[in-house]
Amino acid sequence: MCSLALFPPPLPSGQTTLCESNNELLSGANNSEARQDSSPLSLHFPRESLKLHSRTESSSKAAFLDHSETLWMRSAAAWRDGGFTGLLNEITTSHAEVPKWLSVTSGCILALLRWVSSFHGSLYPHVTLSSEDMIAEFSQVLNWSDCVVRAFAWHPHTDKFAVTLLDDSIKIYNPKSAISPTLKHRLQKNVAAVQWKPLCASALAVACQNCLLVWNVDPCSLSTRPSSGCAQVLSHPGHSPVTSIAWSPSGSLLVSASPLDTSMMVWDVAAESCVPLQRVGGGGVTFLSWSPDGSHILASTPSALFRVWETRMWTCERWPCIKGRCQSGCWSPDGSRLLFTVQGEMVIYALTFSGSPGVPPGLVKGPQIAVVVADLSETTFNSPDGDIIVGGEIQSLSWDPRGERLAVLLKGDPGAANRPAIIAVFKTRANPVFELLPWYGEPGAEPRLLQFHPNFQHGALLTVCWSSGKITHIPFYFLSSGVSQVGLSRSPPLPHQQERPADFSNQSLFTELIS
Amino acid sequence: MFPSETSCWFIRKVIWWRAAASIAWSVLLLPPTTAVFVFLSKFSFLHPIQTISECLSLLMSSCLIFSFILLGGVVIMVGFLNLEYYTVIPTIACSKIALLGQLLHPRQVVSSVAHCLMGVIVGWCCAVTVGNRYKTLGCPCKSSDGVPQMGLNEYHLVFLLAGAFVGFSHSLLGVTHNINYVSFHAVQQYKYLHFKGSLPLVLKCSAIQAFYSIRNFAVAYFFLGYIPKTWICKTLNLHLDSSVHRLDSITGLVDLSLLYHLWISATFLLFTWYITLLLFRIFVTEVYSFPVQPTFTQDPHQCLPRVLTDQQPMILKFLALQDLALLSKHSPSRRGEVFSLSQPGGHPHNWNAVSRECLALLADLTQRLVAYHETVATNGRAKSLSSGSERKTSSDTSLTSCAEDLVSPRPTFLTKTPASVFARSFAGGPHSPLTAPFTPDLDSPFSSPTLRRFPGLVDQCSPWHGSVQSPHIMRRAPKLWSTSAESQVSSSPPRSPASVPSPKQEPTKPSFVAQFLQNRKEQLPEASSQALFADSQAHIWALEALSYLVQASFTEDQFGVVQTTLPSILSSMLHLQEAVDRHFKLPHASSKPVRSANSMEDFTYKTLRFALRATLKTAIYRITTTFGSHLNAVQMSAEHRKRLQQFLEFKE
Repeated sequence: MCSLALFPPPLPSGQTTLCESNNELLSGANNSEARQDSSPLSLHFPRESLKLHSRTESSSKAAFLDHSETLWMRSAAAWRDGGFTGLLNEITTSHAEVPKWLSVTSGCILALLRWVSSFHGSLYPHVTLSSEDMIAEFSQVLNWSDCVVRAFAWHPHTDKFAVTLLDDSIKIYNPKSAISPTLKHRLQKNVAAVQWKPLCASALAVACQNCLLVWNVDPCSLSTRPSSGCAQVLSHPGHSPVTSIAWSPSGSLLVSASPLDTSMMVWDVAAESCVPLQRVGGGGVTFLSWSPDGSHILASTPSALFRVWETRMWTCERWPCIKGRCQSGCWSPDGSRLLFTVQGEMVIYALTFSGSPGVPPGLVKGPQIAVVVADLSETTFNSPDGDIIVGGEIQSLSWDPRGERLAVLLKGDPGAANRPAIIAVFKTRANPVFELLPWYGEPGAEPRLLQFHPNFQHGALLTVCWSSGKITHIPFYFLSSGVSQVGLSRSPPLPHQQERPADFSNQSLFTELIS
Repeated sequence: MFPSETSCWFIRKVIWWRAAASIAWSVLLLPPTTAVFVFLSKFSFLHPIQTISECLSLLMSSCLIFSFILLGGVVIMVGFLNLEYYTVIPTIACSKIALLGQLLHPRQVVSSVAHCLMGVIVGWCCAVTVGNRYKTLGCPCKSSDGVPQMGLNEYHLVFLLAGAFVGFSHSLLGVTHNINYVSFHAVQQYKYLHFKGSLPLVLKCSAIQAFYSIRNFAVAYFFLGYIPKTWICKTLNLHLDSSVHRLDSITGLVDLSLLYHLWISATFLLFTWYITLLLFRIFVTEVYSFPVQPTFTQDPHQCLPRVLTDQQPMILKFLALQDLALLSKHSPSRRGEVFSLSQPGGHPHNWNAVSRECLALLADLTQRLVAYHETVATNGRAKSLSSGSERKTSSDTSLTSCAEDLVSPRPTFLTKTPASVFARSFAGGPHSPLTAPFTPDLDSPFSSPTLRRFPGLVDQCSPWHGSVQSPHIMRRAPKLWSTSAESQVSSSPPRSPASVPSPKQEPTKPSFVAQFLQNRKEQLPEASSQALFADSQAHIWALEALSYLVQASFTEDQFGVVQTTLPSILSSMLHLQEAVDRHFKLPHASSKPVRSANSMEDFTYKTLRFALRATLKTAIYRITTTFGSHLNAVQMSAEHRKRLQQFLEFKE
């Protein structure tokens, strides 16, 4: 176990980390103009340049609703928009037009419903939140509602990525082409997450407030505004808002989660059919993460409980936490280790799974107990600008695809000036013993979101989205100590990692056949 | 290739046992369902305690136990019908006429009658269970002059008729919704969890369908109720009681308690049947693990490589392919057996058999798509049907081909009958051998442009008909098509070409019925595309199995058995990719089907083509990302290499 006390002190303000080379981090002055030129993928989205929605839909509806409609019309509209409660509400409010007994009855039913839902809300406090607050609460992005870049996703095989902005548009950048398509859709609101489909060039799944969208962006197309006909809409009654999505690494299935729905949906996207997997405890599903070998899924709930699903027969293990809900988690590249953090605690836990996909599911022995691998409790560093407190609760975790660097986004305290949000990077070594070596703590404007490039050839590439709307990439140049991937330089993290012998290089392919 | 006993082996040893288990479970689930039904039918807000005691005493009564036995018999019967009628390849009607044909098929009529009878039995059980005024068919009443006699209890009759109606409509809806189609899920779950997960949906479906059925029944009874009533009265010598309300009137039918009881009973009926169906689907589609290599105790016929090549029964082939796809994904030890060499001799028999069968499946689909596309893309530009050589030439629609055809005996009729009539009625003749089984209604002229095979002739021999190429124009000109309608209707699909030029195809006056039928024969949109991909679940598994095996071979294949077939695997996948791409450029091919959540209908077959397209791309990407630049060493045509390069660069 290691703690932040072993870290070097953070950089003075005005300095940012540029890259890692020769086993140490290089920093430089925060000169964004110069860096903008040097790297074409470093982007900046000033907040002022975005056209934001000035009013929400419900407010504009009130302005346009014609109140001279008949009661029947209004009731039908209320039924369509707000369901049963909407209808009751409409009847109760228009008591002048309906018989007294009807309005009184509907008022009573409405009160009863509210009482029941408040009881439900006291059991699961998150159900009382509005859907926007709920996304902000459960998102992996720090301070989601105020974020210019709300979601970010690298393509798993190529150098392109998708960026979701505050105005609900998605932009796709590819260093090899000058065209950056912008995706907009009527239903694309409050995007919580985006993810590219593995083993596919074009499909991008988007978790929206009321549905899932799967965009099909033709990489050869010259259009800058693909029509909304390119998007498949996947929705299921009761499954909103969608806060997390995860593609299976084999690219065949997509799972989605909503904090208000106790079932997790497994979508067969091409057929647009879904299988709900319901487990009642927990009150919903907030965060999903599919292990890179495809054998397990982490599904956390709004309560102090998370589940690890096994994806062969879709059974799950319950993992009750002591303090709070599971906030974030990530898998090691071979899918054998799960790191997770719990809200209210300042440590990183690890779980080890020994079951390989080949073993029948009944025989897979799950781990018995989670161990603490890193302690991130608050530590004070002395710097020329005064004391800086680093540490605290963890917002999100990200592990690079080779399993050598682990980036941790620490929440900090927005109120206190000396407790900024910070990214700490650990060196990790998975074999023979799992250990975390402290590497670096990096201060900055306000990091909001981080993700590793899925196949960076020279080590790892960490992408950070900042509160100012900037996106920067920090390369870590190192030689991988583990498997040497000869001939696999552009391959994705291969499934069945555990079954394959580690010596790819000894195999010669396409030997001449002698018959 | 194999004696029939081997295919029987699977049906006898596996499918029957699975069906029996599913039926046993549905019978076991009957008592709790009935208890809930009794409770709901007796429930009254005002006397909750009394309700419970009444229910308990009723559940112990002898008449309910007799009902149980009857209901159990009905459930077993439903289970047997499921086993008899289930299919893994849906039958898709390409036109409304074909749908009607399906409904009137003798097999279907038998099933409808059986469901009707079972509906009556369940209706009787429900009437007896609910009790009170519904209990018996006869009741004592007084005639007008005060003499006591047996009268008809119309409430009881309504229950029996409602049961029959619901059963009948269930069986009819089953045809239109392809309820006998058993689909395989992409997500494997344990049977209990799968059942638990589907239970709310089944309950919702049966409640909603019961509601609509009872609504329709009420309307039907209002108009036609007097027929069964008088018939029953006559045959059983019962009298109509004039002192009570008649039920086939507005006041009689607007009886909330009656409607509620009818709805509850219909829901109960549909729920038990749907549960039987659901359990049957779950049990039958359960993964069956075939041994890859025979051991001493096992028959070699039961091994995966042999079973895969069987054509019949379809369920065996499907389960074998499913098992193959799963083993290629999840099980390294069984993959090892596939890659292994035979002990004396050292031949990769297992891999050869597996890959040959999968490639044959893909080639079959490619060929089917190409044939379909050729007939469609020529947009009615005809091909001669009699021989392959003629087909080629006439499709070029050159003058010489026209001349050639004129030499053949048929075109003599051309000069006499209007060309369009001839062309269309002739098109009713031979099927193209590949597409025929999959597009059942190819013989109708408007069903698809496949059919107008002779416009080449039409073009040149009679310029007057030159504009009759597009189906829209043909529809606009009623004279042209309605004339041939009679011969269309009278012709049975597998007609021989020789029978075509018969005198009855002289133009006749369009009759109303003929026009009506002709309109009904128009294709349902996208149905032919659905029909083309009806069995694509097999192709999806074949693609998955091949791609996963090839991916695994990168590290696991110690003898290099996969390398020998890699070029053919790649080329057949790329061929299929080409054909699928072309198919999706056709109109209707990429339009999404409408789906409703409130039905037991399985929608999977409607979207199989999309699933196939996605799986195909993923499969090619899986191979290209695994092998990377090594693929440059594989021999293939320049065109395919170009295509593959696109995949390597992630530009597809």
